Formats: sequence, structure tokens, C-alpha cells
Amino acid sequence: METAICIIAGLMIIGALYAIHAKDLLSAVIACGIVGYGLVICFLLLKAPDLAIVQIVVETITLIIMVAVVLDSSREEHFVKPDGKGYMSMAAAVVMTAVLLYFFILAVGMLDPFGSGSLRMASQYINGAVELTGSVNLVTGVVFDFRGYDTLGEATILVTAVLGVITILRLKGRK
Amino acid sequence: MTMIVKKTTQLIAGLIFLYGIYVIIHGHLTPGGGFAGGVIIAGSFILLILAFGSDFLRLTREEAGSTLYENLAILIVVFLAVSGLLATGKIFFLNWIPKGTPGELVSAGILPLYNIFVGIEVAASVLTIFLALVIFKEELAE
Repeated sequence: METAICIIAGLMIIGALYAIHAKDLLSAVIACGIVGYGLVICFLLLKAPDLAIVQIVVETITLIIMVAVVLDSSREEHFVKPDGKGYMSMAAAVVMTAVLLYFFILAVGMLDPFGSGSLRMASQYINGAVELTGSVNLVTGVVFDFRGYDTLGEATILVTAVLGVITILRLKGRK
Repeated sequence: MTMIVKKTTQLIAGLIFLYGIYVIIHGHLTPGGGFAGGVIIAGSFILLILAFGSDFLRLTREEAGSTLYENLAILIVVFLAVSGLLATGKIFFLNWIPKGTPGELVSAGILPLYNIFVGIEVAASVLTIFLALVIFKEELAE
């Protein structure tokens, strides 16, 4: 299973790289879709159907909106040749990536093996959730009961995002 | 859009809407829940708008409605959370309704209610964002 996830992750990286370098913005958007749908397959392989459902639906709707935006605006991407400042930024990005990768490898070495839970609360959630919440779907039990504050925060963030979108995109005031 | 797209959309949109409601109502039994089902419901409306084109005046009215539903739903979610505070004890987000037998449709106390109202909120939010983009485009064209 890990090899399958590695192959799909590689495909996702190739799709992301193509999305950056594509000349046509429409193909760049569709290449972004590779990343999203690859993530869906990864979630299914890791036995997380809840996440897979949310990811596939959200990915589809974002893709539709992005394609509509690209079709209505320009399909050509402006390419600016990098000057001295640009090369400095590139060098800084490469150094930063190397430093982060070094510490990432250090941190991964200290983790538990893949798949074993390292949190003290995890086993409590898995064993006691059905009696405590009465919900057979464990994810709903965690999301709306044990971690209710998180869910309230997420829903509030969505409302705030909609308020922001309407505020920015409204050209004429309503009577 | 062409005739084929319109007819297919007419047939499919209702089924997608029903599937979203199924995912929300069975959120405490099967994978899925308020967030996934809400986006599916919004998807059925977006499909209809994309297939049949946009009528500007009607869309403005729809947007007013979806904004209202979104705000009411998030308000009810907060009230449900506060109801745990009021009903018994002093615990915010308390699951105070009797839980019933696990595995039945009416069980898990207050969790299905959270699922339903979060579903309405997510559906209205995603639809409102889409409608805001469409209305922005039409206002820009005028």
C-alpha cells in the first residue's frame, strides 16, 4: 500500500509542477485537478472515506469555478524574465527549502512508525466513542461531540469567508 | 447550453439533491455528514445554474435567500450548543438529548441536529459564493 501511495504522490508532484510551468492557464487548472483527485485516492487507500467524500466534492466544485474564471478572463499567462532581484529570491527559496528539509528529516526520525497512534487521546476516542456519543460513525462523534469547538470555529470561518466575498464582489449597493 | 445538457441536468439535479440530503441525514451512521452533504446539495444548484444560464434579476433574489438561510443555520448551531449549557449542568456542547440505540436512524441525541444545520449552512455558503461570482460578472458586463 505504501508503494501505491508513493506512486500517486509522485503523480501529484508531477501535476503540480506542470501546473506551474504550463503556458495555457486552462491546462494548468486541470493539472491542479490531478493533485486533488490523487489526494482522493490516497484518502481511500488510507481508509478515510469521510475525508475522501468531502475532498472529491470540494475539488469538483473548485475546478468548475476555476475553469469558469479562466474561460471568462485570459488564457495566456504573463511571463516576466527574472532580473537580479528575482535570482536572489530564487537562491533564498532554495536555501530555505534545504534547511526545512533537513529539520523535517530530523523530525520524521523521532516519530512512531507509520500507522501507529502516538496520541494518548486517540485510543480513548476509538474505544469509548460509541457509548459516550451514541454515534456509530466515529468521525461524526469526534467532530460534533469531542471537538465541538473546532466545528463551530470551522462553520464560523465559512460564514466569515462568504461575508468577505460578498463585500469585495459587490459593485452596486442594494436598495 | 444545448438541449442534451439541459435535459440530462433536469433528470440528474433532483437525484443529486436527494443524495445530499441522504448523506446529511445518515451522517451519524455512514461516512459523510454535514460538510460533505452540504457541498453536494450546493453542487446540484450550481449544475442547474451552469446548464440553464443565469437570469440576473432572479439570481439576485436567490442570493438574498441563500444568505438568509446561511446566517439562520449558523445561528441555530450556536443555539444548539448553548442549549447544552441551559438544559442540564454547565457544559457547552453537551449532548443532552437521550441517545437511543446506536445504529438506528433516530439516535445519537443532538448530533443529527448539528449535522442537519451545519449541512444547510455549508450548502448556502458555497451557493452564495458561486452566486456572488456570477452576479459580479453580470454587473461588470453592464
